[in-house]
Amino acid sequence: MHALHPAGAEPAAGSAGSASAKTSPGASSPGASSPGASSPGPSAASPGTGGSPAGAGQQRSEPLADGKTVLGPDEISRALTRVAHEILERTNGGSDVVLLGIPTRGVPLARRLAARLTQVEGRPAPAGSLDITMYRDDLRLRPARTLGHTAVPASGIDGRTVILVDDVLYSGRTIRAALDALGDLGRPRAVQLAVLVDRGHRELPIRADYVGKNLPTSQREVVQVLLTETDGEDAVVLGLSPAGGPAVTEAGR
Amino acid sequence: MKRHLISAADLSRDDALLILDTADELAQMADRPIRKLPTLRGRTVVNLFYEDSTRTRISFEAAAKRLSADVINFSAKGSSVAKGESLKDTALTLEAMGADAVVIRHPASGAPHRLAGWVRGSVVNAGDGTHEHPTQALLDAFTMRRRLGRLEGLRVTIVGDVLHSRVARSNVLLLQTLGADVTLVAPPTLLPVAVSSWPCEVSYDLSAVLPKTDVVMMLRVQAERMNAAYFPTVREYSRRYGLDGARMALLPEHAIVMHPGPMNRGVEIAAEVADSPRSTIVEQVANGVSVRMAVLYLLLGGSDPAGDPGGDPAGIERPVSDLAAAVTAEVTR
Repeated sequence: MHALHPAGAEPAAGSAGSASAKTSPGASSPGASSPGASSPGPSAASPGTGGSPAGAGQQRSEPLADGKTVLGPDEISRALTRVAHEILERTNGGSDVVLLGIPTRGVPLARRLAARLTQVEGRPAPAGSLDITMYRDDLRLRPARTLGHTAVPASGIDGRTVILVDDVLYSGRTIRAALDALGDLGRPRAVQLAVLVDRGHRELPIRADYVGKNLPTSQREVVQVLLTETDGEDAVVLGLSPAGGPAVTEAGR
Repeated sequence: MKRHLISAADLSRDDALLILDTADELAQMADRPIRKLPTLRGRTVVNLFYEDSTRTRISFEAAAKRLSADVINFSAKGSSVAKGESLKDTALTLEAMGADAVVIRHPASGAPHRLAGWVRGSVVNAGDGTHEHPTQALLDAFTMRRRLGRLEGLRVTIVGDVLHSRVARSNVLLLQTLGADVTLVAPPTLLPVAVSSWPCEVSYDLSAVLPKTDVVMMLRVQAERMNAAYFPTVREYSRRYGLDGARMALLPEHAIVMHPGPMNRGVEIAAEVADSPRSTIVEQVANGVSVRMAVLYLLLGGSDPAGDPGGDPAGIERPVSDLAAAVTAEVTR
């Protein structure tokens, strides 16, 4: 899941930095390679979502300058197709599935998955979005954030299997917030989690049911997901967080 | 956004739109089974009301409670104010109790401004004398945008007792920021002296203005503030400046009728108009909660008010919220 954003993740900050990049809390210790055991630094209290500046249009990210592309458009497409098939398998055809994307980049991913489910089963799969800003546990560490959009499909979520969709799974705090938000919306029969990239370093007992790509990372690294809908291209980029960059000084300390 | 909301003029266009967009998202919550968000848990909002109010106080209380803040209601009646306590002493008492935000209504213009200098929390003006009522202007703008889809270029006519109306003043300032064109219609005696310096048009003929109006906002005749004869009789006022069925028929088909409440039915607005489908009066009350939630969230929801990247410019420490943040960090560790 996401933690901090190196630069300008806040809409107010205005920098186009890397709205989707998930960087380390800046408190990476040598022991950080073992996710569960690593003790989160002070900044760990900030889970971070995609930073999710909600104002459409200003959340576009440029690829990291020195980043390495880990997944290209074809690989992302194949991963989503595989995840869609796994969902159908695990939910017996997905007749009661509702896909809820977490803004910003979970939303287009949920729509893409829904399109694939529809294609395979020939039955429309409802997709929506679930904004978790008001449920975050790090609200007080940064200026008030712009809200994202919540759109629950007309079918509702009561008694359905809700699949939360996000781009990067990191600390797990976004998902914790999403579970709280879901509880206020209704009572799903089951909740599952699909992510495009699992980068490790969990801070909560949360795991994904469907993973597009397991990407072992160091906490010093930044995982950036770019999607055509929000950024004009499809790519997953791995880069180094700017040492002592704004995110580390701002929220890390 | 500044730390306090005292005047509609404090809001830049971006701030105002951020509040309206946030309110749009929060308005969805009204349809949910659980109308509560955990966002302001552990924060305290004090409603400091020196003047009677029904909808504004209830609206602020509902907004704060839906965001899980603790609400302390204070009304001048039955408090030490009745024993002669000054505003400053009351403010210091609130300060000692750790109020994160103070929502104040006061009969004296400028009281919230003074209060902002005495307390560390955010001050939200809920109406001060004949000066301003910024959250009312925000909810009016929000209602217009919901009904008519836009604010830019909207022709808004504000009719009635402009002289005593804080709603009119805040609306003129905010609507101008948001790009609407405002026309004030009132008897000359009920217009402020300096109205020519306001960013709006002035007319004395309601029937002539109505056909060119998208939104008509009727103001209450504030008898309690009138210590002189501003017009000969109520009936004459009603004839010339009241909105009845016949006048409403002059409006374009899409136009809406607003009133900040409480209404004097039969004086500035006829009952048939107030109850017509064009009237947004009940909607305005519902929207008030969403807009006030947005204001409280943007002022209190983060470490600093939204869009204030430089932190606290005055360098005033906020021990209560810092402590709360430290506690949060402690718990999440």
